[in-house]
Amino acid sequence: MPPKCLTFVLNDPPYESARSTTALRLLDAAIRRGYDVNVFAYEGAVGLACASQMQHANPIHGRDAASEDHPNPKDWIAALQVLARQCSVRLDWLNCGQCSDERGVAEAIPGVRRGSPADLWAFVRASVNTLVIPTS
Amino acid sequence: MTKRILQILTRGYRGTLEEQDDQVLWLTHMLHNNGADTDVLLRGTASNYVVRGQDASGLYFGDRAQTQPPDIANEIRALIRKGVHVFVVGEELRARGIRRNETLEDVSYVALAELPALLRGYDQVWQW
Repeated sequence: MPPKCLTFVLNDPPYESARSTTALRLLDAAIRRGYDVNVFAYEGAVGLACASQMQHANPIHGRDAASEDHPNPKDWIAALQVLARQCSVRLDWLNCGQCSDERGVAEAIPGVRRGSPADLWAFVRASVNTLVIPTS
Repeated sequence: MTKRILQILTRGYRGTLEEQDDQVLWLTHMLHNNGADTDVLLRGTASNYVVRGQDASGLYFGDRAQTQPPDIANEIRALIRKGVHVFVVGEELRARGIRRNETLEDVSYVALAELPALLRGYDQVWQW
């Protein structure tokens, strides 16, 4: 029997709200429970998978970039992609194309693709449920 | 059977000048155009979207003027023309001092007490 599928709609950009991390934790949980997962990244969430994110040092912590090991959400998303393969489920991450263009964050990590609301509707039709995580 | 979706929009005017529309109403148009059966419930500050006569024109920085200001009321009229129900809560309008004769035609009014029944009529509820 094929896995059931869930769709998540994310809106928050990285580093602005705990919702971004919570959303990724929900994706992790869904993947580990054997769900195929669709993600439609809308508005600022298109920045989550931006390939040009970089780590930096932290002078307050007294750590260089390597030892600070500052999270870049793109790496968390890449780890979720690996997890999905290990769990034999699918993680399909789509960035809203127009949202990406207007924010200048069109370059995403491999495996993240560009899409439109038509793709979101296709996701929703194929899923047992959809969760929208709104921004503030 | 297609899913019926109610989209609840609670915060109005979030980035609408930059985006030149409301992002959730825009998405609703696009989903509807792609075959989705979806309606909208406006709550909170988004309730103000049904007020007639709003004018967001005139924004400029230096000599750079905005040429296509948002016209949220028109977006709502267009949704209604397409057959999308746009609901607003009567008590929330009254709390904001908005009279019915100040609002757009063909908006559907619901009372707070009617919301549970309204939501039960949909397969999914998306809270924005």
